[in-house]
Amino acid sequence: MSNSQLNRLKDLAFKIFAIFCTSVGLIVLVVLLYVVISQGLSRIDWDFITNLPSRSAERSGIYTALFGMIWVLVLTILISFPVGVCAGIYLQEYGKKGFLTNFIEINISNLAGVPSIIYGILGLELFGRLLHLGNSILAGSLTLSLLILPLIIVSTREAVKAVPKSLREASYGLGATKWQTIWNVVLPSSFGGIMTGLILAISRAIGETAPLIVVGALVYVPFVPSSPMDEFTVLPSQIFNWVTRPQAGFVTNAAAAIIILLTFTFMMNGIAVIIRNRFNKKTKF
Amino acid sequence: MVKVKEKAIEGFLIFCSLITVFTTLGIIIVLATETIKFFSEVSIIEFFTGTEWTPLFANKKFGILPLVCGTLLTTLIAISVALPLGLTIAVYLNEYANQKFTAIVKPLLEVLAAIPTVVYGFFALTFVTPLLQQFIPDLSGFNALSAGLVMGIMIIPYISSLSEDALRAVPKSLREAAYGMGSTKLQTAFRVMVPAASSGIVVSIILAISRAIGETMIVAVAAGQEPKFTFNPLTSIETITTYIVQVSMGDVPQNSLEYRTIFSAGMALFIFTFLLNNISFWIKKKFQQKYE
Amino acid sequence: MFKLEARNVNLYYGEKHALKNISIGIDPNTVTAFIGPSGCGKSTFLRCFNRMNDLIDNVKITGDILIDGKNVYKSKIDVDEHRKKIGMVFQKPNPFPKSIYENVIYGLRINGINNKQVLDETVERSLKQAALWEEVKDDLKKSALSLSGGQQQRLCIARAMAVEPSVILMDEPASALDPISTSKIEDLIYELKSKYTIVIVTHNMQQAARISDKTAFFYLGELIEYNQTATMFTNPDKEQTQNYITGRFG
Repeated sequence: MSNSQLNRLKDLAFKIFAIFCTSVGLIVLVVLLYVVISQGLSRIDWDFITNLPSRSAERSGIYTALFGMIWVLVLTILISFPVGVCAGIYLQEYGKKGFLTNFIEINISNLAGVPSIIYGILGLELFGRLLHLGNSILAGSLTLSLLILPLIIVSTREAVKAVPKSLREASYGLGATKWQTIWNVVLPSSFGGIMTGLILAISRAIGETAPLIVVGALVYVPFVPSSPMDEFTVLPSQIFNWVTRPQAGFVTNAAAAIIILLTFTFMMNGIAVIIRNRFNKKTKF
Repeated sequence: MVKVKEKAIEGFLIFCSLITVFTTLGIIIVLATETIKFFSEVSIIEFFTGTEWTPLFANKKFGILPLVCGTLLTTLIAISVALPLGLTIAVYLNEYANQKFTAIVKPLLEVLAAIPTVVYGFFALTFVTPLLQQFIPDLSGFNALSAGLVMGIMIIPYISSLSEDALRAVPKSLREAAYGMGSTKLQTAFRVMVPAASSGIVVSIILAISRAIGETMIVAVAAGQEPKFTFNPLTSIETITTYIVQVSMGDVPQNSLEYRTIFSAGMALFIFTFLLNNISFWIKKKFQQKYE
Repeated sequence: MFKLEARNVNLYYGEKHALKNISIGIDPNTVTAFIGPSGCGKSTFLRCFNRMNDLIDNVKITGDILIDGKNVYKSKIDVDEHRKKIGMVFQKPNPFPKSIYENVIYGLRINGINNKQVLDETVERSLKQAALWEEVKDDLKKSALSLSGGQQQRLCIARAMAVEPSVILMDEPASALDPISTSKIEDLIYELKSKYTIVIVTHNMQQAARISDKTAFFYLGELIEYNQTATMFTNPDKEQTQNYITGRFG
């Protein structure tokens, strides 16, 4: 076989291998969804959604986990969104290339790589113990907020960076102050990008289990939370608890709860993609 | 008056940015203070070289090596899956793929990255382990292999997307030079593009390793809770992260030595990932100049 | 008194000496053209008058710039307030991604003026002055980005005039536009002269000849010659001016 024929063969072999590699990911995804759906779909009924967790698998439901999740999510958004957007604005619009800005940026990159369970440990000690918040929703939300803060900051920066300089110049030329320019021109123009970033960060927060377990999300919460200081459980920690129980009924419950969790996750990611696309079309700079 | 308002706003914005600095400080201080208290009761030598980890038993041993072993074992398995698959996908997307293919694969990878890890854990425990047990009868119900394999799938997007970015940053002129000399796509990809993007690819691998080391739920569900100083992937083990979850869920009294193991184990974990992340930042910075 | 005046102005971008000892006096209610080849500093000098160079890092300015006799860099003026008295139109039209209406009244909104009647009147007046009213009056809520390039630029002019400055600075306002839009804008400039003092940077010499009363020729950061436009183009003093105008270099 000539050299070039051999080369072409190798080329083809690689192409096949690459398709195989991609298929592995696709197959795993499909199989995973199939496993989860086939085990859990039949379990989902109105009782499952409205029941409290219980010792018996048949009578257990995700009611408190759902509400706990909603509580935690809303609080997390309320805390992390303003802080994250403000920090992103500062770094992108105000930060000069000095030591402080550099330091904060390195810091954020580092935080993005810290394992989520470490945030749980921080939350346990700082919010749970030192601030006496115990294992409350507030402690959990504060912990998750710190976790997703770097994500929101980075996406805010990207969105703000994309606003063309010419718009800012037009605003300054008319005598607007820095903040007026940011509030009236930069933020409205970058809103879509910021929203996309927020939704993706929230979608990540929904699935976080480890930090909440460490902070103290319980697994047997027989009531719906009514205040931020209440104890709580969330869907992922409920799933974790059910998966570790030996009785077969609990595995089914776990699968069913996973379907609900995945539905939420995919829905949020889908919304983020739609916003991103619609926004890209609307403001063609 | 307006000036005062502007300054106040700027002050608030700076404060928000500094919260991230406070977070890092908080992590370091919290881990350090409790770890120091821990080492007032446990010898550092035992901690770093002991091969038994039994803080919750009557006969307490505090050697962290079994946990480190478990973490490394699962990470190794994960990387041996994610690296070839992820890198191949990155090269294929960068060199071969057409629009349609990319439009399908990219969202697919995003989906893989978005699935909550507890779901992956469920998958490893209830599907992968039974499946593997049909081929490997010795495989125990909880084992490092299933967890590692599934973790590998989860990390593929990390390696593929960062490597693809690195490949895309290589100037077009290099690729054109290779093709101009009659190279095939494969030769161009692996003899020119990959070496040129090597620093970025190495960074992606290091970050993927760091992610694998910090992963909790997959191993907590599927790998077991038995700390063992072993490299046998077929048996149950415990990682640093699983241990922390295990203790957190238990009834350990605050301020006890057992409670403090959360922090010393956490400190070890934090130091590993911190070192890896910063090595990767350093590599990225040092070698990025090459193609400016 | 001159409306705009510069005395021995030097500007440095870091090490680079971009403006060299510029002195010039501009009379009120005139149109002055700054001409010269690319990179000669005319835009940079223009931006000194409304301190837009403050937005760039590493810029150092010495000398005096005065507006209505008041020193713009030395005396304790509020930069934002100062910019409100000077309108600027940029090379590439840069309307905000808002409605036509909101674009025009942006300058008023940031001054806290929210009275609907005042805003409506301002919108009509400014758009009429910018010769855009007839074309957009039926749908002021339409997005500014849906207008053509020439319309967008006239919108930017309307926006600048809505706050009733006394000076309008234009940095190559028609260079990105087609000939028909360009001539509309040139007509506009000629009409505005009675109420405003206008300085226009242009690399189009024929344009300078068409619309300006006086012309200043810049080259490599220096002001080479400043004279009545008619004289500049028929009988310039300096040889360099002559060479540029006759196209010996560009």
